[in-house]
Amino acid sequence: MSLKADDVKKIAHLARLNINESDIDDYATNLSSILDLVEQMNSIDTSNVTPMAHPQDLAQRLRPDEVLEENQRERFQKIAPATENGLYLVPKVIE
Amino acid sequence: MFHTKTLAELSQLLTSGEVSSVELTQAFLQRIKQLDTDLNSFITVTEDQALAQAQAADDTIKAGTAGLLTGIPFAHKDIFCTRDIKTSCGSKMLDNFISPYDATVVEKMSQAGMVMLGKTNMDEFAMGSSNETSYYGPVKNPWNTQSVPGGSSGGSAASVAARLTPAATGTDTGGSIRQPASLCGITGLKPTYGRVSRYGMIAFASSLDQAGPMAQSAEDCALLLNAMAGFDRRDSTSIKKDVPDYTADLNKDLNGLKIGLPKEYFDTGLDAGVAEVIDQAIQQYKDMGAEIIEISLPNTHLAVPVYYVVAPAECSSNLSRFDGVRFGYRCEDPRDLEDLYKRSRGEAFGAEVKRRIMVGTYALSAGYYDAYYLKAQQLRRMISDDFTKAFETVDVIMGPSSPGTAFKIGEKTSDPVSMYLSDIYTIAVNLAGLPGISIPAGFSNNMPVGLQIIANSFEESRLLNVAHQYQQTTEWHRQIPDAFI
Repeated sequence: MSLKADDVKKIAHLARLNINESDIDDYATNLSSILDLVEQMNSIDTSNVTPMAHPQDLAQRLRPDEVLEENQRERFQKIAPATENGLYLVPKVIE
Repeated sequence: MFHTKTLAELSQLLTSGEVSSVELTQAFLQRIKQLDTDLNSFITVTEDQALAQAQAADDTIKAGTAGLLTGIPFAHKDIFCTRDIKTSCGSKMLDNFISPYDATVVEKMSQAGMVMLGKTNMDEFAMGSSNETSYYGPVKNPWNTQSVPGGSSGGSAASVAARLTPAATGTDTGGSIRQPASLCGITGLKPTYGRVSRYGMIAFASSLDQAGPMAQSAEDCALLLNAMAGFDRRDSTSIKKDVPDYTADLNKDLNGLKIGLPKEYFDTGLDAGVAEVIDQAIQQYKDMGAEIIEISLPNTHLAVPVYYVVAPAECSSNLSRFDGVRFGYRCEDPRDLEDLYKRSRGEAFGAEVKRRIMVGTYALSAGYYDAYYLKAQQLRRMISDDFTKAFETVDVIMGPSSPGTAFKIGEKTSDPVSMYLSDIYTIAVNLAGLPGISIPAGFSNNMPVGLQIIANSFEESRLLNVAHQYQQTTEWHRQIPDAFI
């Protein structure tokens, strides 16, 4: 599996990662070698194997829908990059 | 000389009143100040909070209500959220992050009366096997400061090995407790998946991550696990199962213990010096009455490839929360929302974290899911089944923790895949969710070698018993690097 510069740019966009133009070729090389490693998986036929998502194979736990946490908005917003009137500020999204 | 004592020994000194927690805490803070400049094993030292906790512990001891861990200093890996204290996860992304809450593990250890000295250095977001991906610079191995301590819990391993702290917490997603424990010559336990709460432990790969203790001895790890383990409603994969007293079985004798040696763990990739040390350790177990049985874990060679689909896929999803909006790093003057996301993440994540996010994003992207993630989960089942089958005939599995001793700083940074292969013996254990421990078993070229012991799910007591019995007849876990005696 060999990724080209354009593939890296596409993946980086999907992951919302800014990558310096000068680093793209390095990423292409490294990601390709990781995918080569991963290719070894294809040496085994797994057609009848049930996928394992979780080591204990447990069902998701349920609980009553009760309010257990108190509102701590001010505390949580103290560490935010930018807030105003209890809202998180981001660049304008809708013109 | 408190620093040469184990946690169990320090506990006795505190109870008998020979030393106070404040004195003990000051002694270790002093060692950190003197000796950590070069090692770089701590990101944050919390002197004021530590002394306040120590004072409170002394009051508890005087009042006669102290537990075994009351007043014992230790350190947390900087992946655990600590209320009002910087929690960086080794990343520029969280360099400014003061956690608004405590992780469950942090809460539990505070409740046990333990004294936190600070937060230890680590690979960025726990992604690395050498501690070189940390935003705060590499940690040095106390046995040779030209070498890496292993990772990702490299700061925890190095600080315990240098006796800057009697113990530390770690987390293990693919070997991040056991591999650095091995490379630094200490004891490190990865419990069964679900045994210790993941709440407040910054997530890397949620189906693999597990927290555990790192200390000088198996007995110390047992004492720490008693405090760390248990069900937590705030962690959806926490297991509702009683926590036994992990010290109860430490002294059981090993006569008749069936030890499985997987032939795949002694293959060509294993360093000859390491192999020799492991052989001697196995011989020691034979002398203690254990029976050695050769076994096979036929899918071992697929563990690393499977892991490098599962872990990056889960990491790409978990790390999407770092978007520069609610907490953490934000780039300057973003043009628009997309620019805000892309530059905040691009400027604040290091190269290895970016690589893994991209591998995961690729594996999960439209059209590739079946070929990568689903395939990996099917192989994960086969790897897990290999262990299930092995445990039908043996009680524990033994082998090396790492294929070699600590490598040199810079040696593997340019080739991510060669770095990944240093976790070849530990990764399968995470995929299967099993408990594993690494204990010091000797030296090769003056660098420590770790013996890995693996048990069936929830058999931490057996692991600790098997490790403790070895440590009763050997002195490897007592060795301290010359510069830190």
